[in-house]
Amino acid sequence: MDDLLINQFLLLGAVLFCIGVYGVIARKNTVLVLMSIELILNAVNINLLTFGALTGDVSGSVFALFIIAVAAAEVGVGLAMVLIIYRNRASVDLDDVDSMRG
Amino acid sequence: MVAQNIFFYAIAAVMVGAALVVVTSRNVVRSALALIVVFAGVAAQFIILAAEFVAITQVLIYIGAIMVLMLFGIMLTRARIGRDVDATNDHWWAGVLTALLLVGVMGYALVDAWGDDPLPAEREITLDGSNTAAVSDSVFSQYLIPFEVVSVLLLAALVGAIVIARKDR
Repeated sequence: MDDLLINQFLLLGAVLFCIGVYGVIARKNTVLVLMSIELILNAVNINLLTFGALTGDVSGSVFALFIIAVAAAEVGVGLAMVLIIYRNRASVDLDDVDSMRG
Repeated sequence: MVAQNIFFYAIAAVMVGAALVVVTSRNVVRSALALIVVFAGVAAQFIILAAEFVAITQVLIYIGAIMVLMLFGIMLTRARIGRDVDATNDHWWAGVLTALLLVGVMGYALVDAWGDDPLPAEREITLDGSNTAAVSDSVFSQYLIPFEVVSVLLLAALVGAIVIARKDR
């Protein structure tokens, strides 16, 4: 119990990832689905920085920064789409957006 | 070294609890506030991993910018603030099944692959004694072209968000 283990961080990332996956599948509100996607991206960042610390390479930090930037872009565009869905349908429930159901 | 472990497990427990609140709460604003706790915990884990530049960026971008955007989204879509709504699908059990299966497979693979391997005690990646210098040196030499591509992506996302969301069309 003296040293920090690699698996501590990797398992924390795996648990957060799976909670995010559950949120994406089970949530009905579009904004809540976006929040679950943020959980998934954070889990990936933990993994990247853990392997960065393991290999002593700064690339892990750099890729984590890229992911943070892409997450910011994704939230901006995603919320714009949520807004236009709300304006057209007065609802943000994913169950109501079913006009392409076969 | 023991103090790091105590802090890791304390913060990890808070993070997992807050993440469960994010995906199960019936109140949208409570989910958003729990998500802030998760982001702060991730920043703390980055500090334990000796990546302080990414930790500070996490606080500035995620807690500062992305969560404000999320709260704006909640406000503009008039989710019933302070009132409980049924925010979970009828097929939530499929999500539970998928998540449990995934965590089982990933947990088994990770324990099988890494076992009890420790992280190196000297984890900080520095250039002239500074982690920020090491990161910026890498961004502006080895990863210069991806960095510029991310700049263009952010600009495109900004323009795209404005074009999608504006009213006069």
